[in-house]
Amino acid sequence: MIGHLSLILGFQLLGEVIARSLGLLMPGPVIGMVLMLLLFIAKPWIATAIRPTAQGLLGHLSLLFVPAGVGVVGHAAALGSDGLAILLALIGSTVAAIAVGAVTFSALARITGHADD
Amino acid sequence: MPMTEFQEIWSYLTRDPLLWLTATLVAYAIGDSLFRASGRKPYVNPVLIAVTVLAGALAVTGTSYTDYFEGAKFVHFMLGPATVALAVPLFVNLSKVRKSAVPIIGALFAGSLTAIVTALGIAYALGVRGQVLISLAPKSATAPVAMGVSESLGGSPTLTAVLVILTGIIGAVVATPLLNLLRIKDWRARGFATGVASHGIGTARALQVNETAGAFAGLGMGLNAILTAILAPFVVRLFF
Repeated sequence: MIGHLSLILGFQLLGEVIARSLGLLMPGPVIGMVLMLLLFIAKPWIATAIRPTAQGLLGHLSLLFVPAGVGVVGHAAALGSDGLAILLALIGSTVAAIAVGAVTFSALARITGHADD
Repeated sequence: MPMTEFQEIWSYLTRDPLLWLTATLVAYAIGDSLFRASGRKPYVNPVLIAVTVLAGALAVTGTSYTDYFEGAKFVHFMLGPATVALAVPLFVNLSKVRKSAVPIIGALFAGSLTAIVTALGIAYALGVRGQVLISLAPKSATAPVAMGVSESLGGSPTLTAVLVILTGIIGAVVATPLLNLLRIKDWRARGFATGVASHGIGTARALQVNETAGAFAGLGMGLNAILTAILAPFVVRLFF
């Protein structure tokens, strides 16, 4: 457990170091995720070993967004008189993006012959 | 209890991170139990409930966000390791990812472009202009990327962070009913589109529903972070 957590934190640290030293816009943890995926491809047994710890972290991923969410409430005033327009734009755009993305994905999956298996 | 003693205890608690750390976990536990009691209805969103409960508690006790965050930062910190841990569901679904290269690339471009263009288009039509409009462009990307993009385009990173979180909550609430309405049964398509449009909060929701959906959502979130940084400057230029 401690070893697995250290490995995960180590990859985040590595990602942060790479992001900062190369001046990348990509966040450190995302780079860490890609590097860890490469490690799993090279050594699949590590993925099996780390899985319970990873599932523990991801089981309540929603919880981790709560502190940032509370911050939003304090900044709601920053939306100012545009508040309603912005809210409508966010709802309309999120609905459109999910619909277009999902329809495109399943259409292309059917065309390329890799429909859901 | 005498008033002075209460004040002493209260002033100890407000200086210690324990109170708001505990409050954050309790508020989420309340949200999660309401979510379960509702039969896991997507609109009974545990994040939204927890945020509402905590914002109320902060207002009633006159606590600033800075003081609250002293406790809550321990929870917030875990977002980084959790993002790294997304490599596990991604690895488990790697053969499905390899077979889906064409749909992934197509849906990434379609979803990412739709998110930016429709957000700016709707807001512009409703009279939003200037810095606020720019801040809206990268809202589907994960927060650190979106804030960086916003700043480089002349937007407000703080406002963008707010819009990113709101987008995530909207995505988590609408994804399931919307995708059911569209009769999309492919977990890869459902997860990927949700991750592209609503980053980590959408991914958290997808993981609750199905592991393959969660893996593809995490992938969508990561890829859209890159593509938003590339596309947003071009789309913003169309509106100025």
